[in-house]
Amino acid sequence: MNTATAKTMTQTWQKLCTKADLVEYSGVAAWVETAEGPAQVALFYLPGKDPELYALDHHDPMAGANVNARGIVGDLKGEPVVASPLYKHHYRLADGQCLENPGVRLRTWAVSFKGNAVWIEA
Amino acid sequence: MNSDAQRLIIIGNGMVGHHLVEQLIERGATERYAITVFGEERHRAYDRVHLSEYFSGCDADSLALSDVDWYTANGIELRLSESVTAINRDAGEVVTANGRTPYDRLVLATGSYPFVPPMPGSDRPGCLVYRTLDDLDAIRTAAEHASTGVVVGGGLLGLEAANALRGLNLETAVVEFAPRLMPMQVDSEGGELLREKIEALGVQVHTDRATQRIEDGVDATHRMVFQDDKILETDLIVFSAGIRPRDELARDSALEMGERGGVVIDDRCLTSDPAILAIGEVALWNNSIFGLVAPGYQMAKVAAATLLASPDQPQGESFRGADMSTKLKLLGVDVGAIGDAHGDRTPGARVFRYLDQLKQQYRKLVVSGDGRRLVGAMLVGDNGYYDTLLQYYSNGLDLPEDPASLILPSSEGAPTLGPDALPDTATICSCHNVNKGDICATLDGGAVDLGAVKGETKASTGCGGCAALLKSVVEHELESRGVEVDRSICEHFAHTRQGLYDIVRVEGIKTFSELIEKHGNPETHRLGCDICKPAVASILASCFNEPITDAAHIPLQDTNDTFLANMQKNGTYSVVPRVPGGEITPDKLVVLGRVAETYGLYTKVTGGQRIDLFGARLEDLPDIWSELLDAGFETGHAYAKSLRTVKSCVGSTWCRYGVQDSVGMAIQLEHRYKGLRSPHKLKFGVSGCTRECAEAQGKDIGVIATEHGWNLYVCGNGGMRPRHAELFATDLDDERLVQLIDRFLMFYVRTADRLQRTSVWRENLEGGLAYLKEVVIDDSLGIGEELERQMQTVVDTYQCEWANAIDDPEKLKRFRSFVNDSRPDPDIIVTEERGQLRPA
Ligand code: SRM
Ligand SMILES: Cc1cc2nc3c(=O)[nH]c(=O)nc-3n(C[C@H](O)[C@H](O)[C@H](O)COP(=O)(O)OP(=O)(O)OC[C@H]3O[C@@H](n4cnc5c(N)ncnc54)[C@H](O)[C@@H]3O)c2cc1C
Ligand code: SF4
Ligand code: FES
Repeated sequence: MNTATAKTMTQTWQKLCTKADLVEYSGVAAWVETAEGPAQVALFYLPGKDPELYALDHHDPMAGANVNARGIVGDLKGEPVVASPLYKHHYRLADGQCLENPGVRLRTWAVSFKGNAVWIEA
Repeated sequence: MNSDAQRLIIIGNGMVGHHLVEQLIERGATERYAITVFGEERHRAYDRVHLSEYFSGCDADSLALSDVDWYTANGIELRLSESVTAINRDAGEVVTANGRTPYDRLVLATGSYPFVPPMPGSDRPGCLVYRTLDDLDAIRTAAEHASTGVVVGGGLLGLEAANALRGLNLETAVVEFAPRLMPMQVDSEGGELLREKIEALGVQVHTDRATQRIEDGVDATHRMVFQDDKILETDLIVFSAGIRPRDELARDSALEMGERGGVVIDDRCLTSDPAILAIGEVALWNNSIFGLVAPGYQMAKVAAATLLASPDQPQGESFRGADMSTKLKLLGVDVGAIGDAHGDRTPGARVFRYLDQLKQQYRKLVVSGDGRRLVGAMLVGDNGYYDTLLQYYSNGLDLPEDPASLILPSSEGAPTLGPDALPDTATICSCHNVNKGDICATLDGGAVDLGAVKGETKASTGCGGCAALLKSVVEHELESRGVEVDRSICEHFAHTRQGLYDIVRVEGIKTFSELIEKHGNPETHRLGCDICKPAVASILASCFNEPITDAAHIPLQDTNDTFLANMQKNGTYSVVPRVPGGEITPDKLVVLGRVAETYGLYTKVTGGQRIDLFGARLEDLPDIWSELLDAGFETGHAYAKSLRTVKSCVGSTWCRYGVQDSVGMAIQLEHRYKGLRSPHKLKFGVSGCTRECAEAQGKDIGVIATEHGWNLYVCGNGGMRPRHAELFATDLDDERLVQLIDRFLMFYVRTADRLQRTSVWRENLEGGLAYLKEVVIDDSLGIGEELERQMQTVVDTYQCEWANAIDDPEKLKRFRSFVNDSRPDPDIIVTEERGQLRPA
């Protein structure tokens, strides 16, 4: 729902941080300016995988806290996921879908490297 | 859908109405019907049973029973915020504010509404009910300006509402008309116990109170006046005095109604008008309304079959009533009621009761006159007995010789009913009406694990109350079919934790990536998961003890280990420095106080004889720790599966009874084992004499002083399932004591499962204590020396994890809330209580 509405707004690529800010096979959080106001994103970096970068909501709606970047990254049934650190709900990195709860989906953003910089479309 | 499809309208998009839609889709009904659903609420159907979780973090989306676009995707028109105001049966149409819509078949799934007893003042602002998400929003808003709250009605829902008010920090009271709480489910003895437990939680309980009127209060917003002119003042009132069917549409259109309301339905869920069906809480079957979700789901199933029946495919399913047995945890108190719990509906019934006022448990068994069948049961304080009793009840099983054994404390050897003792007709999941035979059929049909059984039968996907039973039945049935139950740690490795441990040691593998490359399941992305990564991290640490925050290990760690602190519910962290043996100098106490003051941390003395500082923001952790390290503190591993505390009593140094220096020994042991990462956390206790003030017999390792040395106890546990430690060896000198503990712990580290405390490990250990003694004391496997050497390596390579991290700028980079901005997380909001800060 959120991604759909976001798409109709004008989106721009913005520089977020550098590669050195990321943690391999794990996550960090960052602020991003979106058309709907500032948002907290969780950035996950999986070097050597395709894709290497993912950006999802840092907010975990099942726990009501901004913690997703601090979860463990892994794969379940063939899909990369993050396990939220508080109550271990799994969110699919590709589309933010919560595996335990079909009604919950995090927002996702397109992210990519430009040289050593990390850019996000928001 | 074809063009001559019939028009089906469903009024009500609650739990049962939604289940009907699911059933219809599953049975391919969209071929035959064009379906329109009207819902008065603005939210699509959500899990009302777990409504209260809306106050504990779940939002409307996570309670929803379907994806946003599920209805549309299935070709069903869902019209929310649109209530049906009339049914015109002659014209075959329903009326809403937007106009008329014709139907061929109609289903009433309008549920019920909370009954508010008619009395002057009950419509004052701030008088609310507890049924919908909007109700909860209203309560939350009203609570912002309130400090006290009263729930009218001490039944099941009333107590749940009371818990919610308590959670909103209101001083809460429950007012019940009957002489006891939950009059439907418990008798006076059970009610009394329940009252004690609930009062102990700080909720006031007033029974025998009929509210006469509500008027302006003096000290609070409202004043409630009772029958005897007693009064109670409060800022907010929630009515929970029962529910009534929302049958107004049926009444207005002259369908047959029950005397006290409810739309009369037959076994096929048809009302007196065969074009119209009714299901869920609005329906009256055999003079009963069923106020639970499981019977509603059964009606939905039957209704789907009825709607799809045709001359050549007659309706085979029928509704035959439902069991109203329930088990609940209300305000943390277990309550269960099965069948004729009061014993007043069964002539000649006999009763057994068990009451333990110390442990606050009450159990009652109602059996048939001949003592052979269970006809009802009542539980307060411990629902552990529920599953077995329910099986005896719902399957009419023969009771044991002495039925009382079923409610005696389990140490007395109450016979548990194994999955093999259950007949095929035994209901396993009542929400989805799945019995043991259904489960066996899916296994025979090719299902190979629990997940597949759940997927096919839906068992355990409703209230979840049957999860443990389902698991044991599935595992038992798989094993009896010769299927080896898969004990792999997770989908990434076809090994147990013990297997992985051996691989790591034998092959000298030092990183997760090497391990998963060589031994992982190639069909995965080889990323691992939140099960295997922390388990392997722990194994690597037990074997090689490299700092867990090193780049190769950091992605494996649970958040607590990553940040060397415990994450709290709002995303902040707690800080627990080590205080070996609980001994601390005044200087160090001053430092703790100062640090807490500087960073605004809530301070509490823990149950482990040390001090916990709560509420630290991620970005403050390094500064906090550099001050603590400067003052000589080191990390307390409160975040880790490793040694927590060695609790000590003051011992011979001060105590007139002490026979050894228990504090000295505790400090020695704490320093020796503080760096050991293990399958689960470890706790020790050392007492200076047999009076046992350090509660050592409740710990993984317990040491008790004797005239001649130390007695060693092992495998004790507090927590969820307390277990007394067992005496392992007596009158040891200091050196032998340490030697045995070295061996014991390393053997545990080698062989235990992940997250298995020593107590559970011991209970699953083949050969039991005798075997453990042979290995550790008599060295029967000849590995004693090796185990000691391994432990010595861990001891020699110890580094304080905070000291290691604080000097490494790369590691400190991790301690930023946001990598591109230093503004703190604005959603961490605190409020003051008893002079300290806590999460708002
Ligand atoms: C702080 C403290 C409560 C207090 O305010 O006193 C506490 C707090 C927590 N306990 Fe505890 N336990 C604390 C003493 C205890 C004790 C008492 C003791 O150690 O003497 C017990 C029972 C003894 C035992 O463990 O056998 C205890 C049994 C548990 C259990 C149940 C373990 C079990 O085997 O059943 C858990 C859950 C778990 O570990 O899976 C738990 C888990 C927790 C966690 C880690 C829950 C969590 O994951 O967030 C709490 C986090 C603390 C934090 O954020 O800092 N805590 N916990 C105590 C810290 C002691 C310390 O200084 O390290
Ligand atoms: C706090 C709470 C806790 C509970 N806990 C449990 C539990 O632990 N176990 C258990 O089994 N049950 C529990 N229940 C009961 C359970 O939620 C109900 O049995 C179940 O929701 C009944 O489903 P239903 O579809 O019949 O009614 P509802 O879920 O109430 O749905 C009816 C829907 O129809 C709508 N509606 C009514 N009239 C119209 C109209 N004219 N036009 C359009 N829409 C209309 C209503 O707005 C409502 O959304 C609990 C209930 C509550 C409130
Ligand atoms: S256990 Fe014995 S020595 Fe220790 S404080 Fe208690 S009475 Fe004194
Ligand atoms: S009994 Fe509710 S899910 Fe099985």
